[in-house]
Amino acid sequence: MPTTYEPIATTTLGSAQSSVTFSGIAGTYTDLVLVAQVKYTANPSYAGIRFNSDSGTNYSNTQIRGNGSSASSGRNTNAGQITGGSYTTGFTLDIFNIMNYSNSTTYKTVLRRGNQSDDVAATVGLWRNTNAITSVSYIIDTGNLDTGSTFTLYGIKAA
Amino acid sequence: MPILGILASSVPAAAGDYESIATVTVGAGGSSTITFSSISADYAHLQVRGWVQSTGTPQVRYRFNSDTGTNYTWHCLEGNGSSAGAQSATTTNEMLIFVNGLIGANTPSPFVTDILDYANTNKYTTIRTLNGGDNNSAGNIALNSGLWRNTAAVNSITIASTGTAFSQYSTFALYGIKSA
Repeated sequence: MPTTYEPIATTTLGSAQSSVTFSGIAGTYTDLVLVAQVKYTANPSYAGIRFNSDSGTNYSNTQIRGNGSSASSGRNTNAGQITGGSYTTGFTLDIFNIMNYSNSTTYKTVLRRGNQSDDVAATVGLWRNTNAITSVSYIIDTGNLDTGSTFTLYGIKAA
Repeated sequence: MPILGILASSVPAAAGDYESIATVTVGAGGSSTITFSSISADYAHLQVRGWVQSTGTPQVRYRFNSDTGTNYTWHCLEGNGSSAGAQSATTTNEMLIFVNGLIGANTPSPFVTDILDYANTNKYTTIRTLNGGDNNSAGNIALNSGLWRNTAAVNSITIASTGTAFSQYSTFALYGIKSA
């Protein structure tokens, strides 16, 4: 059987910065998985991922989360990103499954699992664009992605 | 790298531990059922990565080894953008995912299912699934678990729509995860 789940690229931040981008992604896989262990320097209005440098309001999200005392669900339409973690004193683990990313006929849907010190969450996100995804950016609008944050992009290829 | 680490965190193992076993892509005209059969017991765990579309809003169900008896249980934690809820069924004939239905209208709805210790013949088989869909005006995200009350090794997996068929290009990929 063909082996897969290959690391494509990894970035560890040596200094704080506002975004991390993996570009030039080949269309040779079936799915992408972005594993981010990320710390924010400030409380952002939003953090998350964008595709192909699209900063327009072409994304939407539906989320469920639990904070230890209650469970809740929320969503946003016409958003500027697929939602990632929120501010916490420690690191957030964000894992994004970017499914069927290279097809050029449908919108792209992403499944996310988020874990941090004050909550656990799952998110489904949509990018309303039929282009193949060739770059993935993890962005934050306020403050920075802190030193020591790590981002690894994997590719999974179906037989 | 420990396989349990893979499943707990979804962080992959070293190269060579994760293998593509088979893929089914739905053809023209659609299909309501796909089956992976003759699954070998060579792995520690299985993972199904699905990307489904439908013109309707069907639920999706799992069955193992063609067992249509009431030998399954499932639970679901879900969010629809307004509230969080939970559903379940016991002594039922399927393990449901997309319990509230696919988003429909050909919006892709993906899922990832882990089938744990599937070849063990000393215990029942448990699965977990992350599944969801969003079309900008509505969405649903869910965490599901399922139990097959049978100690047989899982050697076939059937995934079926409970209503409108899966549309063309819907894709189901089966992977095997090895242990050390």
